[in-house]
Amino acid sequence: MFVYILKRVLATIPVMLIVAIFVFLLLRLTPGDPAAILAGDAATPAQLERIRDRLGLNDPLLTQFFTWMGQLLRGDLGVSLLSNTSVAGMLADRLGPTINIALMTITISVALAVPMGVIAAWRHRTWVDFLVMSFSVLGFSVPVFVIGYILIQIFAIELRWVPVQGYKSPGDGFGAFFSRAILPSLTLATIYIALIARMTRASMLEVLGEDYIRTARAKGVRENVVLFRHALRNAAVPILTIIGTGFALLISGVVVTESVFNIPGIGRLTVDAILARDYPVIQAMILLTAGIYVFVNLLVDVSYSFFDPRIRY
Amino acid sequence: MEFTSKDLGNARTVLKIRGLKVGLVGRPGAAPVLDGIDLDIRAGETHCLVGESGSGKSVTSLCAMGLLPRGALETTGGSIDLEGIEITTARPARMRELRARRIAMIFQEPMTALNPVLRVGEQIEEVLNMHTDLSQSEARSRTIDMMEQVHLPDVQRIYSAFPHQLSGGQRQRIMIAMALILDPDLLIADEPTTALDVTTQLQILKLIAEMQHRHGTAVLFITHDMGVVAEIADTVSVMQSGRIVERAPIRDLLTNPQETYTRKLLQAVPNLAPRAARGAAAAPDVITVKALDMTYGGGGFFRKAAGVKAAQDVSFAIAPGRTLGIVGESGSGKSTVARCILRLIDPTAGQVTVAGTEIAHLSRRQLQPHRKHFQIVFQDPYRSLNPRWTVARSLCEGPVNFGTPREAAMSHAAELMALVDLPRDALDRYPHQFSGGQRQRIAIARAVAMKPDLLVADEAVSALDVSVQAQVLDLLDDIQEKFGVAMLFITHDLRVAAQICDEVLVMQKGRVVEQGPAAAVLSDPAHTYTRTLIEAAPGRLWDFANFRALDHAPARQGATA
Repeated sequence: MFVYILKRVLATIPVMLIVAIFVFLLLRLTPGDPAAILAGDAATPAQLERIRDRLGLNDPLLTQFFTWMGQLLRGDLGVSLLSNTSVAGMLADRLGPTINIALMTITISVALAVPMGVIAAWRHRTWVDFLVMSFSVLGFSVPVFVIGYILIQIFAIELRWVPVQGYKSPGDGFGAFFSRAILPSLTLATIYIALIARMTRASMLEVLGEDYIRTARAKGVRENVVLFRHALRNAAVPILTIIGTGFALLISGVVVTESVFNIPGIGRLTVDAILARDYPVIQAMILLTAGIYVFVNLLVDVSYSFFDPRIRY
Repeated sequence: MEFTSKDLGNARTVLKIRGLKVGLVGRPGAAPVLDGIDLDIRAGETHCLVGESGSGKSVTSLCAMGLLPRGALETTGGSIDLEGIEITTARPARMRELRARRIAMIFQEPMTALNPVLRVGEQIEEVLNMHTDLSQSEARSRTIDMMEQVHLPDVQRIYSAFPHQLSGGQRQRIMIAMALILDPDLLIADEPTTALDVTTQLQILKLIAEMQHRHGTAVLFITHDMGVVAEIADTVSVMQSGRIVERAPIRDLLTNPQETYTRKLLQAVPNLAPRAARGAAAAPDVITVKALDMTYGGGGFFRKAAGVKAAQDVSFAIAPGRTLGIVGESGSGKSTVARCILRLIDPTAGQVTVAGTEIAHLSRRQLQPHRKHFQIVFQDPYRSLNPRWTVARSLCEGPVNFGTPREAAMSHAAELMALVDLPRDALDRYPHQFSGGQRQRIAIARAVAMKPDLLVADEAVSALDVSVQAQVLDLLDDIQEKFGVAMLFITHDLRVAAQICDEVLVMQKGRVVEQGPAAAVLSDPAHTYTRTLIEAAPGRLWDFANFRALDHAPARQGATA
């Protein structure tokens, strides 16, 4: 078990290294002078020279890379061209809201979608199954911003249960956080509920046809135990995969929702950085996103082995 | 041949099935799956239900368990009486109480019948948790006790093992422990030894008999293997297309079957006495294998693993028109040898010469032109044909790859349909439109379409019913006679080997323990392992086709006739 986890952790190192090299080269190999790109159109030759010097652009490429990697490993991601503040600090400020919303979204999604998928598979080809599948198709097809605005219209404007927009961290009180986070989370959750419910149903349908399910029933095991103890654990691997991928996507791709609900998360940071060609921030975002993907996949891989003993090699 | 000789005169009837009918849900017009089954099983009795696949054996058993697949099959009439309890109308909750407590079941494939993600001990214990109020420690000690009763070794360790860590025989013991822990009145065993090796099968049959004797359990034993029936049955019911066509005590059924169908079924059972070898051909050998070795694994990320020696020092040769059988239990390396010869895997060492070319160590590219010399027929005809391709496309693909014009390949394919006794229009159909036996004919036609010098049949008749098996064996014989093809026949079934092989090679744990003419090896084995295999073959003392006992252990045909 330990060896398995260790192997998985070690396997992430080459992936992250390749990403780091790519990010490093992104700026150096872009046509034109990186200093000119960084400095923008209105820079004077003296400014350019200062930037070159600061970035060590006059050194050989390999030296530059090791200097850059050294800074990276110490957590120094450079300075934003736009705000002239530390990129690491900017990310730290913005990551909190995004991760909190993502966690809440995935919790809601899993809590609703897994039972929905299980029941749809159990009652295959009945009206329950049909209902779950219809919701699933709907969840996929309606654009995120539409759902967002509909939820705002109903719960914030008509019913006045929650504020329309904004964000408070859980540190400011759970109620304040929850009332502002629930609508964006629900908005984001619709598509993940659809996705996870669909995957759960498909995976459960396959498992429910297995011989050991018949064995469990032949033992006189109650249906809920058959479903959740015997079947769901066997169906878990593809479901976990989709949850993991979903979570990673949530962190990097919530631009629209953050815009609709005015949340200061990294989705909006990324868009702002791209529009302003704030290269250090873009580089940091690529690294961060890749890091999150790799980390979540690692978690998913390790969690497989808790569900399926055959994977503990 | 000794049959079981229990006195069941006064035994109470445990299960009484009357006029049971089962049909497809939503298709009242369709032919019924079960059409009026009557069945009685008494306490302590072993009642064998035999018949070919699709005859309704399993449906009958699932019906008694109340486990018909929902939405697919439903009971449309008749009654199932379990000591006064009517099962066909019992509510689901009532049915759950009866299962495991009064009526239990074990299944064919113990690997898939056990939940792969739960510890086997927990799976047995779950029965107690569902049906009794025992405390956790009482349940545990009762589970351990039951595991000891089914003679599992090292019970404490096996309790916490997962199914994939156990052998096939151990898994089936777990299933039996699970089924019998609450001492049910009736045990339904659905082909419980079909997926096991003969020696393991013998142990499991003995175990079931022992448990039955100890607890007085009634056993409904479903099987297609007449050998097993001869060993264990008190009473036999023969099923055909959803009906029971004949029911008789075992001795009467085997010596004096009344129905044509029963006679046909018995006559299709291959004889364990080997046929006489055919005259040796003068032509040079089609294939020569010398000192073939195959070691799996041996890699490893952190440390160098030792690797599994799947085949060691295997040597043989086959002349045109002759058949060599490789027999052995699962894991003996027989399929590894076949795959090495076909170069589906790369042998670690040794030589394989096919049609004059040494192929064991050719690169894939160099090997390609030689592929047409050797072709294979696999075990499972349901999975070895591409389901999205017509038969014609499957048959023509190989020859076209080797340069045959498409029209020529098509007309050859049509001839092949006639050869394997299928209608010509079969070419335009898809595999799912055929039965298992027909599909295996198509698979054979596919192999023969390449005009190979060597045909490898890897358990090619193991998945088929006996009567179909006999037809396919005849077909292989015909093909061999017509084309003079050499055949390598891999099988675990000594009866089949006795019928089709000229020479036999017996493998155990990757090594050849004995090889020679089939008649010599099978009737007068020199090696202890070969003898163990033959002695474990169920019903070996009965000559099914002639409805009589063999006077002595199987000897060569012709010598006894």
